[in-house]
Amino acid sequence: MDQSYIIPFIKSVQNVFETMLQLPVQIGQPEIKHPGEYGHDVSAIIGMSGDVEGSVVLSFPTATATRVVSIFTGTELDPGHEDFADAVGELVNMVSGGAKAQFSGKDVSISCPSVVIGQSHQVYGRKDVVAICIPCESDCGEFGVEVSVRQDAGTPAATA
Amino acid sequence: MKVMLVDDSKTMRNIQKGILTQLGYTDLEEACDGLDALSKVGAFQPELLLVDWNMPNMDGLTFVKKYREQGHKVPIIMVTTEAEKSRVVEAIKAGVNNYVVKPFTPDLLGERIKETLARVAA
Repeated sequence: MDQSYIIPFIKSVQNVFETMLQLPVQIGQPEIKHPGEYGHDVSAIIGMSGDVEGSVVLSFPTATATRVVSIFTGTELDPGHEDFADAVGELVNMVSGGAKAQFSGKDVSISCPSVVIGQSHQVYGRKDVVAICIPCESDCGEFGVEVSVRQDAGTPAATA
Repeated sequence: MKVMLVDDSKTMRNIQKGILTQLGYTDLEEACDGLDALSKVGAFQPELLLVDWNMPNMDGLTFVKKYREQGHKVPIIMVTTEAEKSRVVEAIKAGVNNYVVKPFTPDLLGERIKETLARVAA
């Protein structure tokens, strides 16, 4: 995967959490995610299509997601509540939208988000696209952004 | 002033409601997508709309085009993650009066609302 697609996601996740939650995010060393390597409790997933295609997963342990959603919504919500999924979905929507805006000269669309909640589940993306995991640390706990995208055939490389 | 919030995320509508209420706007109506909004504008008669872009069933851009085709001049602020210049231009051409990129601070959204209403009143 073109590494230049990673930096926009780092900038975007920091911007979204800082702006909407006043929550600074420290970024760890991005690394290739191997299938089945990490289990998640809460995953918000969004698809990208157009000049860049693939998927983005914002993944949390339950405790972190609960704290983040509490700050974002101003309400204590149980992960089983439908508004909990709505809040996590809106976060991945903003992270993905903010990142794609930095893909210079690319026409990219994002899907409506999907959210999976279940202890230690796995999210598998396309087999033919490498997934990069961006580890994130905040006062609410650790979470991750998994980016699995590639440019559409015939589209020039990213200049973000 | 009657304000309609069109966004598929209840979380985002609640955030916007909080900001609008602080600004003194309490006559609010919500819609979860463009189709829902089209079905409610007739009865509610909004004086300002905040519209998301990416929504199921009918996206915000299509809603704005259809709403304008009906002859409504009511100011519309698009509040969206779509931040590319080409998208902003597309939205303005469709009839959007102002544009706010998510994520936003309460102050920014408040400023854009005041700015939009002032422009329309001028």
